[in-house]
Amino acid sequence: MATVAMTVPTTIPDLRALILNDRVHGSLYTDARNFERELEQIWYKTWVYVGHESEIPNPNDFVMKSIGPQPILMTRDKAGQIHLLQNRCAHRGNVVCVKQKGNAKLFSCSFHNWTFSNNGDLVGYAFPEGYRDNPAADKSKLGLGKVPRMASYKGFVFGSFAADGPSLEEHLGGAAEMLDRLCVNGPEGEVELGCGFLQHKVKANWKFVVENETDGYHPAFTHSSIFGVADSGIGGLYADKSTALARDYGNGHTEMDLRPEFRKFDEPMRWFGTTPEKLPDYVDKMSAAYGSEKARTIMIDGTPHAMIYPNLFIAEIQLFVIQAVSVDETIQHVTPIQFKGAPDINRRLRQQTMGSVGPAGFLLADDASMYEGCHAGVKSKNPEWVFLGRGEQRETRDEDNYRVSHITDETPSRGIWRHYLQLMEAE
Amino acid sequence: MAGTATLDSPAEAVPIATTLEDLLLYHEISQFIYREARLQDDHQYDAWEALWADDALYWVPANGDDSIDPDHEMSIIYDNRSRIALRIRQLHTGRRWAQEPRSNLRRTISNVEVTIAGNGDVHANANGIIYESHPRGDVVWAAQFKYVLRRIDGGLRMARKTVLLPNNDTALWSMAFLV
Repeated sequence: MATVAMTVPTTIPDLRALILNDRVHGSLYTDARNFERELEQIWYKTWVYVGHESEIPNPNDFVMKSIGPQPILMTRDKAGQIHLLQNRCAHRGNVVCVKQKGNAKLFSCSFHNWTFSNNGDLVGYAFPEGYRDNPAADKSKLGLGKVPRMASYKGFVFGSFAADGPSLEEHLGGAAEMLDRLCVNGPEGEVELGCGFLQHKVKANWKFVVENETDGYHPAFTHSSIFGVADSGIGGLYADKSTALARDYGNGHTEMDLRPEFRKFDEPMRWFGTTPEKLPDYVDKMSAAYGSEKARTIMIDGTPHAMIYPNLFIAEIQLFVIQAVSVDETIQHVTPIQFKGAPDINRRLRQQTMGSVGPAGFLLADDASMYEGCHAGVKSKNPEWVFLGRGEQRETRDEDNYRVSHITDETPSRGIWRHYLQLMEAE
Repeated sequence: MAGTATLDSPAEAVPIATTLEDLLLYHEISQFIYREARLQDDHQYDAWEALWADDALYWVPANGDDSIDPDHEMSIIYDNRSRIALRIRQLHTGRRWAQEPRSNLRRTISNVEVTIAGNGDVHANANGIIYESHPRGDVVWAAQFKYVLRRIDGGLRMARKTVLLPNNDTALWSMAFLV
């Protein structure tokens, strides 16, 4: 094979010179070496959202998830405990599970029949005589790999490959309130994810996807086609005159806070583009659960538009899991939010999700073109920078001291990159 | 309904077309499917939309075949007639960015089988390979198409079209063209 002359520098670039307050260098999205560093410093270190407890409701249920490019087997053992396991036989590395989901007490490797419990323990290997009196074949040392830390918040299961580090609560910080706000929109205060995921891949770096989730500047333009032909109230939320806010919670977590707009109208269920009369069962259950006054407030505010760094995006009615696959490939896994005990709103949540997201979705297919267009565009060398300065001059602090600005301002992107720099520079 | 035997149940498999009537029906169905394919490849959105019956259902399942319950499981497309119309209106805006520029498409249809024929709706299956050229790169899509066709005002209309992508349980690129 012919060798190719390499013009790239051999040292990793100084990130401080590439990440300024109001701009970042385009190469950060396209440099494969930087992606490898991101895996080590972000995806394989910080808390990453893996899955929801409701996806494995019964003992011995399992579902295949991921942390970055690595598949993660999320299991519930017979005692109900959840485990995050690596899909790799401790013998020769074969995958031990080839199904997307199911119910299994044991995972047997098809290669040499090494068999693992759904808590990861090696329970047996074939023809054990060949391992007798061999100390290296100690079963307790040959289980499936485990994600060192796992923690759950309101059913949302996160994993961290770092054995030590901030707790999940510390990582979520003020952003945990957004998950509270999501759950309280269910009459039983619980989210259930049981409708399966659409998997939509894009030829773009994952950071374009993350930043776009709380970019309130783009909807008026990227989504003008569907706003123009569908009777959607979304467009006004992201208009120049909108009172909605962009918020940076720190730790990379960001939000499009649409509540100021919804409170201005003071109409329950407006956030969902409907009225209480259309969802009588849901409204009754909410009032019974929270009292009519609090229920009314909840149903005016609606669910959040929340980006929990680095990969969990709650888009009011659906949940996205962002998976970084390689420097130029990202998958969005998306499923409708479903609330426990709320069949009538759940049905509409499914229908609206199906129309708007996934490879053929009225919204997401157009977002995908933006991610892909940006990824292709930043390969051009001039200008070198991506400018993220919108609204910096009018950014303020809210009562909790979080940065807020007009919904169309790039406060979230700047917050995401501030946190990115911290993570990438950490020991 | 008369003639409801299906190729999926071997004991009562529809005989391979032998009568002239069978052959004419087969020809008519095949020509309809080829025409639909051409309208899709050529982005003839209005002509394609006109092929649908009023109670249309356009379904592209995810994570399995058409045994999945689309009312409870996510699908890539699950459009009733009004949502088909919305899809077409969006494409006509010129700002459906996932199709600006439009994918260059060419598809080959084969394995056409009429599975249920009688006095009512005609059920037919076909396979297809779709070549898509897109700024992101070229994609080859494969599909089985399942049609329920109805005679309305002397012509055939699609009451239902189901598109089974063999890779619908994997991550897919955007698919904003008509499939």
